[in-house]
Amino acid sequence: MTGPRLRGPVFVSADRGPADYTVAVDALAAVGSRVRRVLEVVQDVTLFCVSVLRSAFFPPYYKHEILEQIHFSMIGSMFIVMFSALVAGQALAIQLARELAKQGAKSELGHFMVISSVRALGPVLTGIVVASRMSAGITAELGTMKSSNQIDALIAFGTDPMKRLVAPRMIGLWIALPVLTILGDTLSVIGGGFVGLGYHVTFQSYYNGVAKYLTPANLLVGMIKPIFFAILITTVACWKGLTSEGGAKGVGVATTESVVISSVGILVTDFICTKLIFRVLGW
Amino acid sequence: MIDLPMIEFRSVYFSIEEKDILTNVSFPVPRGQTRVILGPSGSGKSTILRLLMGLWMPDSGNIFVNGEDITQATPERLREIRKGMGIVFQQGALFDSMTVGENVGYTLLEDGHPDEEIEQAVATYLAQVGLDPELRDRMPDELSGGMQRRVAIARALAARNPEIILYDEPTTGLDPQSAERITDLIIRLRDTMGKTSIMVTHDIADAFKVGNRITVLDRGNVVFEGTPGELNAANDPFIAEFLAPFRKAVAAATQRMEVRVPGEVPGRGDSGASRAQPGGAP
Repeated sequence: MTGPRLRGPVFVSADRGPADYTVAVDALAAVGSRVRRVLEVVQDVTLFCVSVLRSAFFPPYYKHEILEQIHFSMIGSMFIVMFSALVAGQALAIQLARELAKQGAKSELGHFMVISSVRALGPVLTGIVVASRMSAGITAELGTMKSSNQIDALIAFGTDPMKRLVAPRMIGLWIALPVLTILGDTLSVIGGGFVGLGYHVTFQSYYNGVAKYLTPANLLVGMIKPIFFAILITTVACWKGLTSEGGAKGVGVATTESVVISSVGILVTDFICTKLIFRVLGW
Repeated sequence: MIDLPMIEFRSVYFSIEEKDILTNVSFPVPRGQTRVILGPSGSGKSTILRLLMGLWMPDSGNIFVNGEDITQATPERLREIRKGMGIVFQQGALFDSMTVGENVGYTLLEDGHPDEEIEQAVATYLAQVGLDPELRDRMPDELSGGMQRRVAIARALAARNPEIILYDEPTTGLDPQSAERITDLIIRLRDTMGKTSIMVTHDIADAFKVGNRITVLDRGNVVFEGTPGELNAANDPFIAEFLAPFRKAVAAATQRMEVRVPGEVPGRGDSGASRAQPGGAP
């Protein structure tokens, strides 16, 4: 830090005597600089997100790349999503069945499974599983392309990287995530049904609860969230990849950060979506 | 009518985060000629190509391409101007998810040409850079470094048959034979196809061999501008120091040659300096 520094007894310690103002000023400056950097990143990411959305909504479209991304994100993630949803659904059903049995409301298992799976667990679980897989892949791929000048080559040959690389990934996830979420919800609810049998909840009773609460509103709540998750995953992963620096190590760091931010971001986005859906739509 | 230079840098300043990268850089490149930008690592050589491609914008000064100031161009216009240029990046920068054929035919595919036309063009351009058209189905990482560079040149040529070709350290990291093939190819493209080019390199032998005129950069400043012969005769202390290892290598190679086989010209593999004699403009 340059310029005159304030001196005076700010922190008084019995052992060391009075410290000076510089400690406090330096600490404040460091905090200020950190906050400024964070705000700059938030601004850049926001502008990037707007640019991603613009690229995804307006032509030209790279159809081949879009199909490739749908295949990669949907078919590639299908097994892991189905398996995770089945296991998580059964674990949830065990918890619910035990508590409902204590209350003498075992017949409500289908009802509670639909609400928990379709509205909350399904979209979040699918989002996190897909985020872990896709954000790592996207960031690593774009980061490697950047460090080997392939992004510059695209620009040099008159291609807009947002259109060719980013928009297809966004559109791919917009299509894949809701489909995977439906698949995950289905497996989760079916898994719950099998668990229910162990607690003497018949299929008929379980099915009645499921059918009664599988309303369009509940389904829609579960379908709105993946749209926002897709925006989050694509924005974070592409941003991290396209801004990574420092060769292989830099790409590795960016990939790790991308997975962490996307996964935590899904939880935060889920909270915000749930709050807004309750407040604005009243669903 | 005045014959405008194909490319011209006029008093260009460029900095990144308050660090000066280029200071008052000016030079013209006449149509059909090759300008070599020579200098040690970190002297701002590759920055010149990035500015010329419009990937970065200068802080001040003007960059003219075919008489048009690209610093004033809109992004759409810049994209059009770029279509008249081909670039060969350091290490080739081939798209590693595409085959050799898809790399070479990339711009044709982007422009919506029919498949048969692209196939034919790919074969023609691969043959032009001395590669077997049968390589079209290989992936870039299955090729040697020299072959990758030649594919990159084929891709640059196929990019709407550009008038300008930019080479960013095209021979870096290659064995002497592959490097020789690349420099010969660059000279052939200029002499037979009339391409205007800028080649960025830190290899003095390549600069002497390929350049019609040479610009030497030191920490973003132009310290020399002239023909290869003038560079060899320059008295500037920086130039003398910069050329010293090259001259020493030439002297050593010449001495070894005289001891071994008097009168025989050394091969490229003998030393880096043996690729070209200083002052020998191509």
